Amino acid sequence: MIDINIEKELLFASGEGQLQIAFQLEQRKFLTLYGASGAGKTSILRILAGLMTPDKGKIIIDGVTWLDITNKINLAPQKRNIGFLFQDYALFPNMTVEENLLFALNKKQAKNPIKDLVELMDLGNLQHRKPATLSGGQQQRVALARALVQQPKLLLLDEPLSALDVSMRNKLQAYLLQIHSAYQLTTILVSHDIPEIMKISEEVIVVEQGKIITRGTPSKIFKNQTSFTLKGTIQAIQKDVQAVKIIVLVGTEIIEIRVESSTANKLSVGDIISVEVLHPIIRNMVL
Amino acid sequence: MLDWQPLFLTFKLAFITTMLLLVVSLPLAYWLAYTKSKAKPIVETLVSMPLVLPPTVLGFYLLLVFSPNSTLGAWLNEHLGIRMVFSFMGLVVGSMIYSLPFMVQPIQAGFAKLSPSLREAAYVLGKSKWTTFRKVLLPNINPALLTGIVLAFAHTIGEFGVVLMIGGNIPGKTRVASIAIYDEVESMNYAAANQYSLILFAITFLILLSVYLLNGGYFKSSLLKSPNDD
Repeated sequence: MIDINIEKELLFASGEGQLQIAFQLEQRKFLTLYGASGAGKTSILRILAGLMTPDKGKIIIDGVTWLDITNKINLAPQKRNIGFLFQDYALFPNMTVEENLLFALNKKQAKNPIKDLVELMDLGNLQHRKPATLSGGQQQRVALARALVQQPKLLLLDEPLSALDVSMRNKLQAYLLQIHSAYQLTTILVSHDIPEIMKISEEVIVVEQGKIITRGTPSKIFKNQTSFTLKGTIQAIQKDVQAVKIIVLVGTEIIEIRVESSTANKLSVGDIISVEVLHPIIRNMVL
Repeated sequence: MLDWQPLFLTFKLAFITTMLLLVVSLPLAYWLAYTKSKAKPIVETLVSMPLVLPPTVLGFYLLLVFSPNSTLGAWLNEHLGIRMVFSFMGLVVGSMIYSLPFMVQPIQAGFAKLSPSLREAAYVLGKSKWTTFRKVLLPNINPALLTGIVLAFAHTIGEFGVVLMIGGNIPGKTRVASIAIYDEVESMNYAAANQYSLILFAITFLILLSVYLLNGGYFKSSLLKSPNDD
């Protein structure tokens, strides 16, 4: 069980703000953190890994306190035994594939899983190659295998597939699912690719501006999306006898919305507003 | 017949200086590359000072600090029996300070150029900072290390002002090739001066050329802006 509740001052895409995250996750779940880039998703992973220290909060993993700012507990990344897959793979350029995997091995480890991992990830004929000579997908497989050498219980994936083409993505998604169940992992993935999330994730947490907006199964969050929100600037307010119309610029489109006069009284030209659209009707423009 | 001793002394000084500098510069460059300390700009400035300071200024202050009349000089002499002024050891210390930026800056740049995720990946895999330094960081900054070593070595060969101020001109002890050249010119012995000069010219040329060839292009971003400025 992961129990995290942290706060940190961060620089978001839209400026400075507060990362405020609290959630719990049961063992062996596959969770995705979803949201725009710069929303703070990667920071959550880095805080879980101990690569970033929050200003406030606690992290308790399976009853063990990894972080407790008030009581000055902060387990070093070295002591957390997690698998972390970096966006740029972070393979050591001076080592061959085999050496990268061997480097990850802990001397005190009871079992050496490298042979199994090499087989599972189809790395057999790449073992003596240096990372620079591998394709993106191959590097990714090596990085994934390396992250699992110490047999962590928690695997953190920072947009690992974003740099790969579609067919490679599909393959690696299959690998991810395979290792998730084979090694009984709790996996947290950062992604903003909806089809990918629908395919491999059990749960989604939507993060916006450092806050959790919603949480649920991918199908609940993405499939039955019956409303969406538009943001725009009021260009004009036209009062009629019966109703009030406001003219809003959304992106490059001008839209007219009828509103109650009581609502209109609170608005003025130049205001930035959000418009929630319920039950949108979608038509294919090509047909 | 040419007296080979000044040349021998020059290369001995350059070799010892470079080796000691490497030991000092690795932790210093590592600290500078990764620290978030507010003292960083000050330390960086101090390290870079020898790039712009006239060598005579540096030599003059070292002379004052190490003179047997100063507190430090007297202490060193009394307790350790070391005389820094007009001795080979004084030359080594002076040269180390003088060539410090030539060793530290390329290595620091080498560390800074590595993706931070390499370090982080090693930490997450349970590796200590020391293991990460030896097995992950150092092997991946080889070109920077080579640049630092060669620049520090070549720069020490070319040193004159610091050596003259702190070491003087004692044959076999502090009379390095650059001083010997000056000395020969003073006594109108142009032939000998020319021989020393030609040898230094050829050797430094070959050293630098080998780095350019080995590192290919790496040098362009480095800081060989102030060549041996004595």
